[in-house]
Amino acid sequence: MLNNFVMPDLYPAAPEMFLLLMSFLVLFVDLVFGATHRWMAAMLTVITLLGCAAITLVTSDGQTTLTFSNMFVDDLLSDFLKLMTYLAVIMMLVYSRQYMADRGLDKGEFYVLVLYATLGMMVMISAANFLTMYLGLELMSLSLYGLVAIDRDSPRATEAAMKYFVLGALASGLLLYGMSMIYGATGSLEIGGVAQALYHGQSEKSVLVFGLVFLVSGVAFKLGLVPFHMWIPDVYHGAPTAVTMFIGSAPKLAAFAMALRLLVYALFGLAVDWQKMLLIMALLSIGLGNLAAIAQTNIKRMLAYSAISHMGYMVLGLMSGVVGGQVDAFTAVNAYSSALYYTVAYVLMSLGAFGMVLLLSRAGYEAENLEDFKGLNKRSPWFAAMMLIIMFSMAGIPFFIGFFAKFAVLLAAIKAGYTAVAVIAVMFSLVGAFYYLRVVKLMYFDTPVDSAPITAGADLRLLLSLNGLAVAAFGLFPDLVMMVCTTALMRSL
Amino acid sequence: MNSQLLSLAVWVPILGAVPVFWIGSERRTLVRWLSLVVAVAGFLVTIPLYTGFDTSTAGMQFVEQTPWITRFNVQYLLGVDGISMPFILLNSLITVLVVLAGWEVIEDKQAQYMGAFLVMSGLMNGIFCALDGVLFYVFFEASLIPMYIIIGAWGGPNRVYAAIKFFLYTLLGSLLMLVALIWLFLESGGSFNILDWHQMRIGMGPQILIFIAFLVSFAVKVPMWPVHTWLPDAHVEAPTGGSVVLAAIALKLGAYGFVRFSLPIVPDASHHLAPLIVALSLIAVIYIGFVALVQTDMKKLIAYSSISHMGFVTLGFFIFNQIGIEGALVQMISHGFVSAAMFLCVGVMYDRMHSRMIADYGGVVNTMPKFAALFVFFAMANSGLPATSGFVGEFMVILGAIKFNFWVGFAAATTLILGAAYTLWMIKRVVFGEVANDHVAELKDIGGREFLVLGLLAVCVLAMGVYPFPFTEVMHASVDNLLKHVAASKL
Repeated sequence: MLNNFVMPDLYPAAPEMFLLLMSFLVLFVDLVFGATHRWMAAMLTVITLLGCAAITLVTSDGQTTLTFSNMFVDDLLSDFLKLMTYLAVIMMLVYSRQYMADRGLDKGEFYVLVLYATLGMMVMISAANFLTMYLGLELMSLSLYGLVAIDRDSPRATEAAMKYFVLGALASGLLLYGMSMIYGATGSLEIGGVAQALYHGQSEKSVLVFGLVFLVSGVAFKLGLVPFHMWIPDVYHGAPTAVTMFIGSAPKLAAFAMALRLLVYALFGLAVDWQKMLLIMALLSIGLGNLAAIAQTNIKRMLAYSAISHMGYMVLGLMSGVVGGQVDAFTAVNAYSSALYYTVAYVLMSLGAFGMVLLLSRAGYEAENLEDFKGLNKRSPWFAAMMLIIMFSMAGIPFFIGFFAKFAVLLAAIKAGYTAVAVIAVMFSLVGAFYYLRVVKLMYFDTPVDSAPITAGADLRLLLSLNGLAVAAFGLFPDLVMMVCTTALMRSL
Repeated sequence: MNSQLLSLAVWVPILGAVPVFWIGSERRTLVRWLSLVVAVAGFLVTIPLYTGFDTSTAGMQFVEQTPWITRFNVQYLLGVDGISMPFILLNSLITVLVVLAGWEVIEDKQAQYMGAFLVMSGLMNGIFCALDGVLFYVFFEASLIPMYIIIGAWGGPNRVYAAIKFFLYTLLGSLLMLVALIWLFLESGGSFNILDWHQMRIGMGPQILIFIAFLVSFAVKVPMWPVHTWLPDAHVEAPTGGSVVLAAIALKLGAYGFVRFSLPIVPDASHHLAPLIVALSLIAVIYIGFVALVQTDMKKLIAYSSISHMGFVTLGFFIFNQIGIEGALVQMISHGFVSAAMFLCVGVMYDRMHSRMIADYGGVVNTMPKFAALFVFFAMANSGLPATSGFVGEFMVILGAIKFNFWVGFAAATTLILGAAYTLWMIKRVVFGEVANDHVAELKDIGGREFLVLGLLAVCVLAMGVYPFPFTEVMHASVDNLLKHVAASKL
């Protein structure tokens, strides 16, 4: 047996391996210096991610390479998504440094769990096999469950973690069950193999669709689409804000990759079926997310519901790649790249929005109620302007990136013939505009309730400013990010 | 020809606002003067648009074209014709006046106040000269942001309600327009160029739908009855400068949208649905005229009078003859001057008395003779007195309407009575008569700055009323061209 062993090509998985090795180092450093030099683990984590970025950049050749017996793929899309993931995680770490330190949560476990969650996302992004996908998903999810509960003295966080764990386990079960059904019907777990089998059309259709339903449910849970959204508000609300920021940013990229790899790469032959499922879930998410967000007084919950609606818009792009069962390359690339662009734009905005919450929080005080934003313009005109940019961007008002993301998705949907759906979607974004406007109203039209000076460190201030300005700059010049998204997708399809 | 002029008109005020924000409200003198310099510079760069304008052609002039979003073939495409050019000048001039009007009365966060107006001025110029659908939409929606802040932050007691209502109403319309723009892009084979859309053939069914999408968007902005209810709220609550910009410029955007989009892109639907628009316009003219009559708040009265006057504009567009459309355009510009002046006049009194109620005034002429003279003059213009600009536009539209249908013209002509009634009755109660109370007795007449602002507008109103040729001259070729587009079926 051993003679048949072929050493796999490790080159495409170099960033993952580097991250894994470094995570041991972080653990070790924390063990030795954790008590006295907490900053070392943090610094090392950032260095790890920067190293991963460097490796990903250097090894990126634009070619699609399969390795580990077709379990793992390295293509331009995975490189792009991984780079975005590193960026999001690094930003999260910088944003949360002081917040975690103030609460005594900046322990080694935090950094290691963040690294493992990141590793899980990377594996998901590069999965070329159902099992690899599942492996990455579990690694990410389990790390996230731990992170939600990292403040173990907080009953609310513990409850959120429990809820997340139970529902997450259920969703994983559904996903796995769906995978097994599809394996039964096609005889393959490889994404390429499943696509081939579907192409030849000799699989049992009813089993396939049966499996597809479970698969879509699992994907929808990770994206947080209605009716699989229940965990989002509670987890966003219960988790420490820094962890909420983490959950609300990078995993969306991984979930996008999962949806794309499973539904588009593997199950494209069933597009007509999953298209309808996604359509219903997208509309429900956009509707419920926007309506429920209005009723919130807690900004983390509000952003949670807004996340649900944003993922609905993203899926609107994702499902627009096939028109009446017919495929043409232009429509497909257009649709998937609009969804990718939406995800990237959303992650950028989401980081900024939670960054604002962290900015206003301080030791012993969580600025998580909408009230805390009252009169921010009087306290700090600059950061009020940043929040204004982020809120209007989320509402889809130009000149900000959020507008162009919505624009691209709407264009894809109308191109696929879903004009009526697009009209409903824009009407709900009108509803959504209300609660974003309310935040602006609190900042600009009301007098401050909380008049304590903003004590956040220079790193947070600088990053938040850059983040806000990026939301504006990528809105004034949307071409660059759009082109990168399109190219990454086109070269990887 | 120097072709950067339109970019300058758009970006000089916007970029000029950055240092204004940066200086902050503590250094008030510097902020004011810098804002004035930026506003004046913004006006000066638009003057070559008029002096260098070629009146013999209907084509777009001062065109600038650069790819903006190559992914969707969106261009940074600017250009003006005889229809849009005057509005850029009007807007830039009004901005100067608004800065002057907010000189002393705005005490809170003055830098942000001035900056917001400068940004808005640039965005409004962008709307008038954008020839790319997406670029137009982007300017159109972005201009809501500063106005939202202006109403909400410096407005009256009910400002939050008014600001949110303003924003959501206008957003409602523009979102439907976005869907229509994307549809046109896909249907035209990948072009967002508005001029390409003018040449496109579209079936009757889609034409009707597109027309309705545009109608919702522009009707809210104009505003037409029955989607006008945001305007009285917004006007009453907005600070004087906000009301001025709303009335003088923002309302024109909707009407401009009709001539730039609805009429030339979907002419068959426009013809088909013209009776609807004419009916809505006449309701605005007559019914809203009566509503204005019973107002007790001066700002509300002028707001309703604006709706009524804008009804004239939409009427002029949808009777499809040269004199009607030109009259409507003249009316738009004239209303820009007159309504701005009326709101400034109310602002002058409000700054002194902190009341807009007609009942709180009486006999203002006794204490503020200079002001009263100007106020009465603008009121005359508002009611359409010959030799003021208000007369020219209304007269032309009525002529056009009579050509179209005698009874439509007849109904429209009632505005001359109604307009005179509500405006002059207000003047009678506010300006003339005995001094009503001690507060009025203590009023001080307008100072040099206020006189300059109002005087400048008075000159414009008079000049346009006596000799409208320079205004109509630039429009002629473009209106001809527009009529050709409207007359040709695209089915």
